[in-house]
Amino acid sequence: MEAFAALLDRLILTPSRNAKLKLLTDYFRVTPDPDRGFALAALTGELDLPAVKPAMLRALVAERIDPVLFAYSYDYVGDLAETIALVWGVTASPAERAEPAPPSLSAIVETIAASSRSEGPRRVAGFLDALDATGRWALLKLVTGGLRIGVSARLTKQALADLGGHEVNAIEELWHGLRPPYLELFAWLDGKAEKPVSSARAPFRPVMLAQPLDEADLARITPQTYAAEWKWDGIRVQAVSDHGVRRLYTRTGEDIGDAFPDVLDGLDIDGAIDGELLVGRLEGEIINAGSFSELQQRLNRKSVSGKLVISHPAFIRAYDCLVDQGEDIRPLPFRTRRERLERLVATSLAKRIDLSPLIPYDGAEALMEKRSAPPAAIIEGLMLKRWDSVYEPGRPKGPWFKWKRDPYTVDAVLMYAQRGHGKRSSFYSDYTFGVWKSGAEGTELVPVGKAYFGFTDEELAEIDRFVRRNTTNRFGPVREVVHEADRGLVLEVAFEGLNRSTRHKSGVAMRFPRIARLRWDKPPREADRIETLEALLAEAD
Amino acid sequence: MIRPEDLLAPGPDGLYCPLGGFHVDPIRPVERALITHGHADHARSGHGAVLATRETLAIMAVRYGEDFAGQQQVAVPGERMTIGDVTVSFHPAGHVLGSAQIAVEGKGCRIVVSGDYKRRRDPTCAPFEPVACDVFITEATFGLPVFRHPDDGEEIGKLLASLAAFPERAHLVGAYALGKAQRVIKRLREEGYDETIYIHGALERLCALYEAEGIDLGSLAPATLSSGKRGESAAFAGAVVVGPPSAFADRWARRFPDPVPCFASGWMMIRQRAKQRGVELPLIISDHCDWDELTATIAEIGPGEVWVTHGREEALVRWCELAGIRARPLHLVGYEDEGD
Repeated sequence: MEAFAALLDRLILTPSRNAKLKLLTDYFRVTPDPDRGFALAALTGELDLPAVKPAMLRALVAERIDPVLFAYSYDYVGDLAETIALVWGVTASPAERAEPAPPSLSAIVETIAASSRSEGPRRVAGFLDALDATGRWALLKLVTGGLRIGVSARLTKQALADLGGHEVNAIEELWHGLRPPYLELFAWLDGKAEKPVSSARAPFRPVMLAQPLDEADLARITPQTYAAEWKWDGIRVQAVSDHGVRRLYTRTGEDIGDAFPDVLDGLDIDGAIDGELLVGRLEGEIINAGSFSELQQRLNRKSVSGKLVISHPAFIRAYDCLVDQGEDIRPLPFRTRRERLERLVATSLAKRIDLSPLIPYDGAEALMEKRSAPPAAIIEGLMLKRWDSVYEPGRPKGPWFKWKRDPYTVDAVLMYAQRGHGKRSSFYSDYTFGVWKSGAEGTELVPVGKAYFGFTDEELAEIDRFVRRNTTNRFGPVREVVHEADRGLVLEVAFEGLNRSTRHKSGVAMRFPRIARLRWDKPPREADRIETLEALLAEAD
Repeated sequence: MIRPEDLLAPGPDGLYCPLGGFHVDPIRPVERALITHGHADHARSGHGAVLATRETLAIMAVRYGEDFAGQQQVAVPGERMTIGDVTVSFHPAGHVLGSAQIAVEGKGCRIVVSGDYKRRRDPTCAPFEPVACDVFITEATFGLPVFRHPDDGEEIGKLLASLAAFPERAHLVGAYALGKAQRVIKRLREEGYDETIYIHGALERLCALYEAEGIDLGSLAPATLSSGKRGESAAFAGAVVVGPPSAFADRWARRFPDPVPCFASGWMMIRQRAKQRGVELPLIISDHCDWDELTATIAEIGPGEVWVTHGREEALVRWCELAGIRARPLHLVGYEDEGD
């Protein structure tokens, strides 16, 4: 347990991705089975210990400490696991401990998993007594679920891939057939056994991604070699139906089926398809796609209410077929897979799958025109796929291109700046910017977004200097920067789209905003007004 | 016995003793001030007369210049002095060099103002001495049961381990310029670290003062680049650099190669606080009592009444109530949380 606790302790304070990967890989390399397997389960959110609930922990701690003192402490610390770990009390010295050594991670997980609801609290209390403060904190994070230490399941799998010298996709492909403590997986990563054979039904298959199209490559694009489709602004998914087992995966292999029961119900085909998850409505025989904001209502939920399923029905706009009635057709060319896809989708009666249409075109110029004037706001550009391309995981250069429309831009005024983290901790590198809005009290700037990349190192240094010389107010790590009609810095901000937002005073939220240019030449009074953004929103509705 | 509130009471400028005509650690210039220790929120310049330990007076002179007060008078620890109708005495508080508790006695009542204090060993200052009293005025900076500071040897060990693991990275240790910085340096020396330690300019004169007081800090050098040439910063690879925490968010910090931000403070007990500050290596080293030490000190001294000031007053007052000790919060303004 001590090694796992130390790992979590380091991870939570390590900002760099590479350093996190190193910590994880080192841990998996030196930690024995089955401890590392349970750690892996905890880090990827696959560990469920139903015998322990937060209310139970509060009851436990109430036996140890005055509730008023606990309330003051919790109020100050703000994290239940950390508060309990700290107030639990002085650890008995090793000699006084009932157990000779602190319990191992696997002993803890196995004991708690085997405990009944009534035994659970006593077991947890026993372990808390045997651990030090960091160990207690890790234990409580573990049993309450959701470590929230800034490590995604994807990053953890990348660390596994690094450990074994494999592609992360190879891990993803196996993942859904494996269970903690992953003995056969680690045996393979250690080079001591063959790659495990996935026995799971409806497994995930690593997806094929597109390269951005370079204008120089435009000459290669002819209707004979490349098929064209719209690029839909939804969520890339892989829907699999395999002998009655139905699953919905994101492009990284995360199973999101629980949040989309309506899509699973409608998956009345036998095969695996690649497509875009959208929210939309059946009108006659056609499904009309809604906006990305509507889709957002359904995202990031573990489960979904019946009401939302009816008000925001989801469907799949299919564009590729990986498995057709049990046959893996990934080695076939796109032209053939497309035909198989069309046939497969035609068998679906539930009206939750439709086809992403192919766009006929004469040449690159015609495509350019289509790209600049897409027929719907939910389209963010074009996809170009070689007719003869096989379905190849990863991002090979050549077979598939994405050709996004140009980003939207707005001239906004820098209002607040916050210090960054890690290497940027001495730079003001996170910027809140606003546009003009007329109100009862005259015209003022309202914040419309925040961006922390897009600029060069030189530009960062210039903005940092500007922030330090033009600070009007300080709030902890945040500085308010001068933003008046004649004094201030105008930023050209590029973004991919706008959503309505009730959380922001301006009523809008930007998607993927970044700093495109510094407009030292432009006085703030000439920056954009909120009406510009509102017009964009109206277009998207 | 006189009512304690008539002997010492909070006023707009800080604690005031009407019978002696003096303030203790006043927050604004006053006629006559008794100062517990040299931290800036306790020791301010511009008073008519200051009574403090020799070391505290020296620290104030370093910080504010020789003429920081109209008159200066040395308080010798343990010696009783009469001021107006009261007797005062200074006793070591174990917080930083020269730090003292101040006992004020008059008309049958003795109040001890502890100032900031700690009970752990500290090689850079005299240890805390418990003084029997009717009213004990205690700080409560870490007055919550979540604060249980580990042994500082463990924390110095973490720093040494990180230095060994990342020999190419400079370790920037944020530590308050007075007290914490010198304690961290001294503890590193005690644990066998004898490389040159680089210090921020804000620490230079105080480190020199500590050395003059007989506390050997080993080889120190300014953390500056003589020519500003590229490549010169490589000298800091694998080095320990100590500076005030505020400097690490400043442009000053950019000269160091791929630095590991460390922060030596009792606040580092709370992970989220460390995370918010961008600290990668928290060092839980405090010059204040933790919860167990606060409560043990109150139990040991056994005062008739406890007044609790700056920090988490409510929790410590609650503990006193549960322990059957009379206690109340003393709302003094102007003292800062360490590290905020």
